[in-house]
Amino acid sequence: MNEPATAIEAAVAASPLHQLKDELDIVIPTIRNLDFLEMWRPFLQPYHLIIVQDGDPSKTIKVPNGFDYELYNRNDINRILGPKASCISFKDSACRCFGYMVSKKKYIFTIDDDCFVAKDPSGKAINALEQHIKNLLSPSTPFFFNTLYDPFAEGADFVRGYPFSLREGVSTAVSHGLWLNIPDYDAPTQLVKPLERNTRFVDAVLTIPKGTLFPMCGMNLAFDRQLIGPAMYFGLMGEGQPIGRYDDMWAGWCIKVICDHLGLGVKTGLPYIYHSKASNPFVNLRKEYKGIYWQEDIIPFFQQVVLPKDCTTVQKCYIELAKQVKEKLGKIDPYFDKLADAMVTWIQAWDGLNPTSASFSNGKTG
Amino acid sequence: RTLRAGKLTERVLKLFIATGKDEVFSLIQALNIQVTVTPVLPTRALRPDLTSFMNEWRTIFSRFHLIIVKDPDLKEELKIPEGFNLDVYKKPDIDRVVGTSTSTIFSGYSCRYFGYLVSRKKYIISVDDDCYPVKDNKGILVDAVAQHITNLTTPATPFFFNTLYDPFTEGADFVRGYPFSLRSGVQCALSCGLWLNLADYDAPTQALKPEERNSRYVDAVLTVPARTLMPISGINIAFNREVIGPALLPSLRLGGEGKFRWETMEDIWSGMCVKVVCDHLGLGVKTGMPYVWRNDRGDAIASLRKEWEGVKLMEEVVPFFQSVRLSREATTTEDCVAEVANVVKEQLGSKDPMFARAAKAMVDWVKLWKSVGSSTSSPGA
Repeated sequence: MNEPATAIEAAVAASPLHQLKDELDIVIPTIRNLDFLEMWRPFLQPYHLIIVQDGDPSKTIKVPNGFDYELYNRNDINRILGPKASCISFKDSACRCFGYMVSKKKYIFTIDDDCFVAKDPSGKAINALEQHIKNLLSPSTPFFFNTLYDPFAEGADFVRGYPFSLREGVSTAVSHGLWLNIPDYDAPTQLVKPLERNTRFVDAVLTIPKGTLFPMCGMNLAFDRQLIGPAMYFGLMGEGQPIGRYDDMWAGWCIKVICDHLGLGVKTGLPYIYHSKASNPFVNLRKEYKGIYWQEDIIPFFQQVVLPKDCTTVQKCYIELAKQVKEKLGKIDPYFDKLADAMVTWIQAWDGLNPTSASFSNGKTG
Repeated sequence: RTLRAGKLTERVLKLFIATGKDEVFSLIQALNIQVTVTPVLPTRALRPDLTSFMNEWRTIFSRFHLIIVKDPDLKEELKIPEGFNLDVYKKPDIDRVVGTSTSTIFSGYSCRYFGYLVSRKKYIISVDDDCYPVKDNKGILVDAVAQHITNLTTPATPFFFNTLYDPFTEGADFVRGYPFSLRSGVQCALSCGLWLNLADYDAPTQALKPEERNSRYVDAVLTVPARTLMPISGINIAFNREVIGPALLPSLRLGGEGKFRWETMEDIWSGMCVKVVCDHLGLGVKTGMPYVWRNDRGDAIASLRKEWEGVKLMEEVVPFFQSVRLSREATTTEDCVAEVANVVKEQLGSKDPMFARAAKAMVDWVKLWKSVGSSTSSPGA
């Protein structure tokens, strides 16, 4: 039931008019070919792709025919950003955030090249992008937990006791999807349970409450670039850095603190994709090692962050956050000093490439 | 007792071992049975006949001790089928234990609290009498009791959200990025189940969508994060009485409180108190499975008039509880409840006499719990 679905006529026939195809970019980091897109063709072909090629820029990435895309390798990143390119990671999928910066669209969907179409329990192929769009276009409810999960889902609603004044909800900035088959475990857990597969299809989307942090995985993620884009920096990972596999985590903690401050929502749950490739746990362990210790300090830091009231835009929030990272985490390791600087560089680079939408106020689009 | 019932299954044996002691669990049923039929709109006639309810639950309930509390306002005799290990409490019993003046707090849905008060067991599972066992997505009958107990006997994780939901469930774990120091979790004090068919909607929602039935079976249990509040429904819940008993309390009674769930807010109010107390004491609250099947009952439109009061109340109640901060000196559940009562009186008492009465009821309840509840309530973990 949980094998990857093949591209079927039925899926194409069943899918509605492709929503937001002129307002959404799909960002894919890769070092190999993009054959996995064949399986996604019925759902993703109408959309524009931004491919961020990591690693050796002289290599040619094969993109299946019929997809409309722009591709950036390291040479392009260096050319476009000049010295600011230092904030974009090399030899790590964290480089994908360059794609967010260079996009001109309102929405981003990002997916890894080892993620395939999953099937729901009835055997139907899941159109992950369609679900992400549903999540982003319907409100979030971070101020009070709804026990029936997403009240805007079909067949559900707010339960007894849910205040009516909170039922309009807030704008959704991020939609965090999940994975069947290979779960997103850290290296120690992978080593202890190498055979564990996620076969549980949980038919729910829910808003992560205000004040609660979560581990955000970048494998199957969508967001409103205009609402939260500048905070989606995936940090300094990979070559020359002491840490890896914490890029999406870092971004997740930053965006959640900022979304909480600005009154924006973050959803998690559906859609599922089928994650096919388990990365090498020993390689992962070496990458994550420092992170596993550092996160014990990083989490309390984010839990206690208070952003001043005059931080009314994402950029202002992010710069303030960078300042606090330097002050409070700098003492753990000089890496955090570098990271704080890179966070500022990122914002400068973002504003440089996106001049007209430089300022957003709480939840309103630029 | 279990051996007498001939029901020592391997699963039950595992539960005994898991608790570490020879503790058996109590089951309370709140009986809120309508005597009259609403004349105007077509409604099913409800009688104090528990036969079908108990028979449907028999395979699941029969190995446990049951406490049945009869709504003191209900005049007719109860009909209870044979073959259960149970204690039944009626108005004379309630009067005897708490006195005739106090027994009024146990009218309607609140009669279940009397059962919580007199039980001497560690765990309590409480299900409304219009709920039946449900089948899961694979067609297997859901043992709601076993699921509640699993929820209560595995740790909760309120300080950081796990995107794969309950990490202690089979086939799941903590995801990458989850701090290791938070992976042992905290004790789970409360387990909130859900409902298929007639979900616990308020009257306006149900009146607007009369055909809507909940058919989505969400295969998950998750911990409600610390400082996050939610409407805790009393229809299908379970809790650790030793740890959190006094915090489930009959206190807020609507002026027009009626005999249908749509016409009450007592459980929602109690649930807010429980969550605030759990957050303060570092205890966990889980929500999700188990599901029960809730039968159609009552008329949402008729209840609209009565429940409107409750709906408006929540606008005050929610921000209030979100702002409550308990003192460091409150280290037991009783102390916490007493402090909440105080804050209710100070901040809400003047807004509506209902709140002032609720505050007093909370104080009285703590006293009652201390004298009648008698088993020592240990401070939270």
